[in-house]
This record gives sequence, C-alpha cells and structure tokens, in this order.
Amino acid sequence: MKLLLSGNEAVARGAWEAGVKVACAYPGTPSTEILENLAKYKEIDAEWSPNEKVAFEVALGAAIAGARSMVSMKHVGLNVAADPFFSSAYTGVKGGFVIVSCDDPGMHSSQNEQDNRRYAKFAKVPLIEPSDPQEAHDFVKIAFEISERFEIPVLFRMTTRISHTKGIVEIGERKEIPIKDYTKNPQQFIILPANARVRHKVLEQKLINLKEFSNKTELNRIEKGKNSLGIVTSGVSYNYAKEVFPDAWILKLGMPFPFPEDLFKEFYKNVKKIIVIEENEPFLEEEIKIMGYKAEGKKYLPLCDELTPEIVRKSFNNEELSHPEPMNSVKRPPQLCPGCPHTGVFYSLAKLKATVTGDIGCYTLGALPPHNAMDTCICMGASIGNAFGFEKARGKNFSKRLVAVIGDSTFLHSGITSLIDVVYNKGNTTVVILDNRTTAMTGHQDHPGTGITAKGERTKEVDLAQLAKAIGVEEVYEVDPYNLKETLKTIKKAMESENPAVVISKGPCALLKEAREKFKTKQKKRVNNEKCLGEKCKACIRLGCPAISMVEGKAYISHLLCVGCDVCTQVCPVEAIE
Amino acid sequence: MKEFNIIICGVGGQGIILASEILALTAMESGFDVKKSEVHGMSQRGGSVVSHVRIGEKIYSPLIEKGKCDFLVSLEKAETLRWVHYLKKDNPVIIVNDLELIPPFVSLGLDNYPQNIEENLKNITKNLYFVPGVEITRKLGETRSTNILMIGFLSRFLPFEEKTWEKVIKENLPAHILDVNLKAFKEGRRL
Repeated sequence: MKLLLSGNEAVARGAWEAGVKVACAYPGTPSTEILENLAKYKEIDAEWSPNEKVAFEVALGAAIAGARSMVSMKHVGLNVAADPFFSSAYTGVKGGFVIVSCDDPGMHSSQNEQDNRRYAKFAKVPLIEPSDPQEAHDFVKIAFEISERFEIPVLFRMTTRISHTKGIVEIGERKEIPIKDYTKNPQQFIILPANARVRHKVLEQKLINLKEFSNKTELNRIEKGKNSLGIVTSGVSYNYAKEVFPDAWILKLGMPFPFPEDLFKEFYKNVKKIIVIEENEPFLEEEIKIMGYKAEGKKYLPLCDELTPEIVRKSFNNEELSHPEPMNSVKRPPQLCPGCPHTGVFYSLAKLKATVTGDIGCYTLGALPPHNAMDTCICMGASIGNAFGFEKARGKNFSKRLVAVIGDSTFLHSGITSLIDVVYNKGNTTVVILDNRTTAMTGHQDHPGTGITAKGERTKEVDLAQLAKAIGVEEVYEVDPYNLKETLKTIKKAMESENPAVVISKGPCALLKEAREKFKTKQKKRVNNEKCLGEKCKACIRLGCPAISMVEGKAYISHLLCVGCDVCTQVCPVEAIE
Repeated sequence: MKEFNIIICGVGGQGIILASEILALTAMESGFDVKKSEVHGMSQRGGSVVSHVRIGEKIYSPLIEKGKCDFLVSLEKAETLRWVHYLKKDNPVIIVNDLELIPPFVSLGLDNYPQNIEENLKNITKNLYFVPGVEITRKLGETRSTNILMIGFLSRFLPFEEKTWEKVIKENLPAHILDVNLKAFKEGRRL
C-alpha cells in the first residue's frame, strides 16, 4: 500500500514494522512527530521522557535487556544525551537500538546547525542517512538489522527537509521480533575502566567489520552517469545533485560511516573529477581526502545554512536559472498568540526593566519587539544557571533586577538542577516558571507536569510549587498572568527578596482545549474610537497581541483573532477597550 | 508527464499546510509522483508560512529551485511578494487572496505594509488573478474555508479530475466542516 508520509511518519512506520517494542523521546523540532506516531501503535511502549538523556538511557536499557528500541531527538538533544551515547558504543546492545537525530540545517527552529554526522564518527557508531521518506521507512528497518548483527547502536540521521518532507511511501506489515534472552554479563555492561579497556578494543574490531559491510550494503550504491563527473553525496543533498547534474555519476551513500573505501575506489575508476555535495560540514569530503584522493566540495559550497537546488547550481556552475527579481514584503516574525499567558509576564518584565535570562520555548519570542524582554537564551535549561552567573559576577544588588524565565517542560527537562545550585550555593536568583501546562512550541506534547502520558493515559503530575519547596526554595508564589497588577507586583517582590524565589505563572497555553473552553465564556473586545488616544498612546499595541493593530490612527481589535483574555483592557489608560 | 511546481504561502493559521496536503494527495491519487516540503515550529506562530509542492513523473528535490515555480498561490497579499523570485520567467501563474493582514511590526511603526502590490505583480506576469476569497467564503458561512477555495481556483490549471479532488477533500476533512469546504472548492473552481 502507498501513503503520502513525512519522513518522520515514515521512520515511525518503519520502526513499527521492524518490531520495535520501546520508544522514547523528548520533543524537539524537527523530530517530534516520530514519537507522536510511534505512540499510536499498541505494540509499542512509547514515552515522552523528561529529557533526551533520560530517553536515551531508558531506550538503551530496553536494548540491553533484549528488545528492539528507538530513541529520537533533535540534533541538540544528542548533546544532552551524549554521555550515555558514548558509553553505549562501548557496551554495545543485544536488541536492535536505533538513535534518530533530526538535524536542522538552516536553523528553521534551532539555536545552531551542528552536523551530527560527526557524532557517529566521534562516538564510533555506524551512521545511516536516508534521502527521502521512502528511504527513511526502508532504511530504519535495515538499521535495526545492522544494530543486532554487530551488537552496536546505530545513529540514524535525518534533517528538516527529510523529516518534514512528504513523499509517497510503499509501506509493509509488522514483523514481531522475539525479545532476546537476557543473561547477566558485567564485563560487557559495567564499564569500569578494566572492562572499558576491553570494550574499546571490541568496538574498534566492530568498526573494521562495519567498514567491510559498508562496501557491500545496498545502502551504498553507484549510479552510472553519462559524463566523467563523479558526485559523492548523501541525505537530502542527493536530490539536489540529481536535479542539477542529471548526467553525472553518483556515489549515493545511505551509510556514510564507516566510509566504504573499496566502493569509492571502484567509483573513482569511472570518473575524471570528484565533487562532494553535502550540507554544512565537509564530512564526506574529509573521508575522501583522508584516503589520499582529490575531491572538491566546500571549496564551492557554503558551510552555513541549508542547501537548495539553486545554491548547488550556483556554487559549481556559477549560474542560476532566470527568475523575477526579489521584492520586499513585510517583516512578519513569529509572535505570541492572542490570549497567550506569557504576554502578561513579558509585559510586566518590560515594565520592570528587568535583566532577563531566557530559555527555549514559545516564550523565547519575548525577546522580540515590542517586549524586548530577554538578555540571553543559550540552550534548554540554561536560564537559571545563567542568572546565577550574572548574580555572581555583578552582585546581589544587580540581582534585584534580574529574573530567569523558563517554561514548565524546560524546567523539568534541565532547569531543576540549576535551581538546586542556586539554593545550595546561597544565591537569591528569582525564577519565573511559565507554566502553560504543555510543551507548546513543538505542538503541545505532554510532560511530567501535565499528568498525561504520551499514550494519553492519566498519571501522577509533578507539583512544581512543592518541588521548588522540597529543594529548599522558601519563597514560592503562584500568579494568574491575566491579572497584570498581581503579576507585576509578585515578580517585583520576588526580585527584591534576599532569598531565592520562584514565581509560577499559571495559565494553560491559549491553544489548549482547557484555555479555549475558558475563553468561550468571554466577550471579544472592541475599541471605543471616541475614547482611544490613538498614535500618541499605543499602550495596547505594546502588548504585542496579534489581534490588536492600528487602523486609521486608532487601535483596532480583530474579532477573528481576539479571544477576550481581558489583558488589553488593563493597560488602556482611558478605558477605551470594552 | 508534465511537471508542476507550486508554492502555497500565507500567514500561520490560514490553513496553508492543509491546502498543500489536499493538493499533494490529489496528485498522488492521480498517478503522479509528489513531494512537498514545509517548515514546522517557529513559523507557525503567526509568522510567514510557505509550502513547496512538486508534482511530476519522478521528483527528487523537495524544494522548488528558484526560477522553476509555475504557480504561486498566496493567501495574503504581501506574502506573495516574499516568494516571487521562485517563479519561472515565462508566464507563471500568480493567484492572490485579496486580503491584507497587518503584522504587529507595522502597528509598532517598525515596518511598512507594502504598497502597489497589484501593479508590481502585473509586471511579472499576465496570468495574475486576485480572488476575493474572504468575501466569497463569508457568504458561504465560513471564512476559514478560504484555503480550500484557493485550491479550487488553482485546480482549474491542473490535470486532475474534479471527483479526485472531492474524494481527497472528503477523506481528509472532519465531517462537521466538510460541506462548506466542498462548496468553497466548487466556488473556487468555477470562478
């Protein structure tokens, strides 16, 4: 049967067909839909883990215990999970274990564009790269076979243009793979130095065997051409090579590491010149050059940003297809939604002229105009540690104007340990937890604070206030972010306190059913033009609410967008919003 | 087999992803290869959204190369301008929903909404169509079906049968909004 599937849907389907029993993930664009789809299969125990490291460890445990398992994450998630990742290469696995890393060249929704192909070489595990959704489906099944045959974790690397591309996929049926027998084997699975020294040698031998395999596997193939140009490529870049150089010879690598040296040598005999078409890092180019062959790639192609067909054409041929001149449109960055609970908090932080260390989530948008209420944003969970560092560098007085903001999901991901640090090391940092009861930015995934599992079942929910108290925070406040006066007053009080303080802003994401039901009872707002002070005021405009704009010199509220959250009525100095 | 490269663009929340899904599925049902690509996450928060749909015998690149786009379907006027340089030089088709959505950056005085959009687009092609999408769908009783109306208009240029379009729409929209969307598709196709 054929379906139109995204790369992520195809990976989930392929994994299910391959008999996967355990799947774990933390949401992150562009990887999120993999676990969302795996969770729909009754045969798979799928979980949202608190973070990628936990996800990795649970899935690895399942694989050591003999089941086929999968962990999926965005590229930077593998940084969080790097510790168990490197160890797992040494221990190896019993059941097939596939690690899916969805990289984001072009940084559509990420803080960097690190190329995780390098992680495969660094951690010494085989790398598999599909070029489209069909291959994502087919290759993931082969990845499990490789993992079991060589008893090694396999890194399965996707990118945004594969994860979020939809294509036609021929699907198959599930094959149940019986769980492997478990026998205790401390020499393999306890990596004490004495054992690890042995395991390292085992791993090096596996890589030699895998290189042999890489020369022969169907994942790597030579496509005959009509001229003497030879292109080495992998992943989505293969498609751009086919578009721009339809007559060239192509060495198409679905398993780029360990690099298939013999296959490359055979390919080389047929061509006069080798070019390498790959995004970001010169990973394949370096492999070829290490062998002592000449190849050109990054001499022409950019290191930065994702590739496109026109970049490939322009880089090598110095030409582009003729097209109309670009035109100026209007700046339309993403923004907080109408009725967003974060709006009141960022409005207050801007009013308080606070120094704000930020974190990863929808609320990173508080950094944009009109709030401009953020000073730093580094990675998941960094806000609290960053604030404590500011406090250490600039003193307690400075910290009275200093706040860390972090979402509920991000706090449970990796903010909690930093808050422990603040208490333990006698800081007085203020933390605002923006508790919107979901992982919003990635499309509303549950987490340990929501009381719902990835399977949609009820579970215990973490009480953030009790958690903060349990680690020693004595000042814990809860505020309704739709009440601007209370929000501003409470944050101010917490900032000025001599102790560590946590303010929990409690308001479900405006797109959640819980919030929509509440808004249904509210009246949409309208502006009384006779009272509105117009251009000289614009207090409501400074909320950054998408429903409010200036039309003919007066504020205007779109009834298509307004949810009636009442925040704008609290900022109007002349009660013009009714 | 002819190749069709189509960009659908607009603002987050206008149903661009659904519109491109209907288009891609109809192409698949009609025996074509198809790829479509878009970006999730950040861009959906009221920001600019674009979807590339490529239809043909065998499609490799999920992205349309600049200079190869045959159809630009835009659900918002200014968003059309953002992608015109993807169009082919030779008589491309531009279909614009006659709607201006003013972003907060304009109200904050940080940017200006572009002027003379229609005149500028006329310089690119004779095949320029402004569709009063919201006006029509308001009469149908659901302005949120504008995306499907626009797909209906686009369908006149594509070699897929009406019954295939309707089958795909029926299979992919929830029952309570199906009727109005089928009407919107028909209206668009007959405009």
